[in-house]
Amino acid sequence: MPYHNQPARFEVSVETGAMAVRHALDKLMSRLEPLKLEIEESGTVELVIAEALNNVVEHGYPDPNEYGLIHILCSQEHNGLRFEIKDKGRPMPNGQPPFGFAPDVTVALDDLPEGGFGWFLIKDLARDVSYERQGNENHLTLRISVGLS
Amino acid sequence: MELSTKTEDSFRIVSVQDTRIDAAVAIEFKDAMRQQTDDGPDIVILDLSQVQFIDSSGLGAIVASMKYMGADRTLALAGLTPTVEKVFRLTRMDSVFSLFSTLDGAVEEFRA
Repeated sequence: MPYHNQPARFEVSVETGAMAVRHALDKLMSRLEPLKLEIEESGTVELVIAEALNNVVEHGYPDPNEYGLIHILCSQEHNGLRFEIKDKGRPMPNGQPPFGFAPDVTVALDDLPEGGFGWFLIKDLARDVSYERQGNENHLTLRISVGLS
Repeated sequence: MELSTKTEDSFRIVSVQDTRIDAAVAIEFKDAMRQQTDDGPDIVILDLSQVQFIDSSGLGAIVASMKYMGADRTLALAGLTPTVEKVFRLTRMDSVFSLFSTLDGAVEEFRA
């Protein structure tokens, strides 16, 4: 079977730390190259996965002396790319991801939000976002509607 | 985080020399911007034409830089690549900043 007909399915793993997200995105984006996504599509994938991984590094492993592995599984399906992100960091508060409401920007300069955009961007750009704590592992799954044939 | 600057009579251009403003460099970027905007003209044009990727932490750092400059001064953003522009558009921050698709466009606007 020709290579381009095989749906992509791969796993990328990185150790937590200050440069973890950059390393993971580097690996991920080069593994996605054979799919020849549009620039807009690969930009969306990079942004969504960056925000999801930033959350793992910042909130899952708040102690910089604590190390862990983050696994990112990617599979190409008929309705887009499905991602599963697994880590053994702290669970999400209340056992679920934030709603991801858009922060209000129609405010005075001093009150402009400097954060709170991460989950908004994930929820805005990804579909079927779901989170589960399985044993001592966080499992975040989501789908991004890109690379549709 | 490398920034280069060029100062004219009415504005200062601050050009980001890195390709990413993300969580790994957000604090460094904020500090560098403070240094470059502490003095000088009231109008600062942030040249983002080399920047290929920005995440919500990078966006927050740019917002913080504008807040630090204060309401009497202007931080305009120029040379946004499509992926960067998208982050501003989705978060509605495109309504908060003056955006210029090219550095030349911003320079023309503020030189007049």
